[in-house]
Amino acid sequence: MNGVHDMGGMDGFGKVEPEPNEPMFHTDWEARVLAMVRAMGAAGAFNIDTSRYYREMLPPHVYLASSYYKKWFLGLEDLLIDKGFVSAEDVAAGHAVQPPKPLKRGKFALDDVERVMVRGKFGRAAPAGPKFKPGDRVRAKNIHPATHTRLPRYVRGHIGVIERDHGCHVFPDTAAMEAGENPQWLYTVVFEGAELWGADADPTVKISIDAFEPYLEPA
Amino acid sequence: MSDHDHDHHDHHHHHDHDHSELSETELRVRALETILTEKGYVDPAALDAIIQAYETKIGPHNGAQVVAKAWTDPAFKQALLDDATAAVSTLGHVSRVGDHLVAVENTPQRHNMVVCTLCSCYPWEMLGLPPVWYKAAAYRSRAVKDPRGVLADFGVSLPKQIEIRVWDSTAETRFLVLPMRPDGTEGWSEQQLAELVTRDSMIGTGFPKTPGAPS
Repeated sequence: MNGVHDMGGMDGFGKVEPEPNEPMFHTDWEARVLAMVRAMGAAGAFNIDTSRYYREMLPPHVYLASSYYKKWFLGLEDLLIDKGFVSAEDVAAGHAVQPPKPLKRGKFALDDVERVMVRGKFGRAAPAGPKFKPGDRVRAKNIHPATHTRLPRYVRGHIGVIERDHGCHVFPDTAAMEAGENPQWLYTVVFEGAELWGADADPTVKISIDAFEPYLEPA
Repeated sequence: MSDHDHDHHDHHHHHDHDHSELSETELRVRALETILTEKGYVDPAALDAIIQAYETKIGPHNGAQVVAKAWTDPAFKQALLDDATAAVSTLGHVSRVGDHLVAVENTPQRHNMVVCTLCSCYPWEMLGLPPVWYKAAAYRSRAVKDPRGVLADFGVSLPKQIEIRVWDSTAETRFLVLPMRPDGTEGWSEQQLAELVTRDSMIGTGFPKTPGAPS
């Protein structure tokens, strides 16, 4: 979706402001939100792409005005309600007033903690050979799906070169919609600064994205 | 449910480490955790354990050990550049690492910098949780268009002719920058070298510390 989360190349957000001696969490609730997201994901309530999609669907003014973990919280609450794990009545009451919905992998317990500290595996067996190889020129398609995608707007329509082949991976565009893993080849595609930002761009800059094969066409 | 939870209007419930009333967000977060717990989805002790693991097990010390090893062991460095997940997995003392870790090497000709313009993708197991600036709009918007300007915000400047390569983490690959080993560190041990490796040097928004400079 062409949401405000797709920020590459936007102007007006000011300087980057690193915080000296930044704490891991700024409030206790940030840590609870992180833990709830990790736990409910591991219990099978959603996959990582669906959770990203729900943050992207926050209204733009809410997205921009919310801290990082606030966005995580708002996305989590919306997602759990939409998927039927929590009801609006539960939230209004501040307690569980409706019965639970079974989780794919059951209750998240202490034994499951170690598992969430390592990232999931996203590589999959290839259903077919790759269409592209390192060195190939490709164009990022000019597509504008209204749902989740990992093809940022700033590369769409632009020509780059395949640099690396990462194998076949879960395709976020379908996984986010719970429409299947639909494995696709994943490549690092490199773009010249001037190809993306015009003749005034810094000539020493190159930018790469990791692009799934359906995002690309030969150029 | 315990006895003192019978009153649902516990908004003024006292809190031992915060002088203010609970914020609306904090109340909502607590309510959601209550709901998830009462429904039997999560054990709150398991949530505590997740937080504790993030606070104690992951952090840039893991990445620093990997970088220091690459600086002292050419075979390991080559293995790291070929397949970082496999190479890091051979180091028993570093925390377990997920698939698709990619190490990218800074050279006198090329400087690498990592961003996630769409969200906040970051090599957690190597660097810990990302800092706020990495997840914020200013960095995500400008890193791909004006990386030298972003580096200037960090007080970093690079020679004009050096190539800057920005890696936008748009998939489940995770990028770790292998910074250049500082001069004046000949004969240093891995442990001494690891002390010089900063988090930002592994994101590409900084350099390792200079030997002998005040920290």
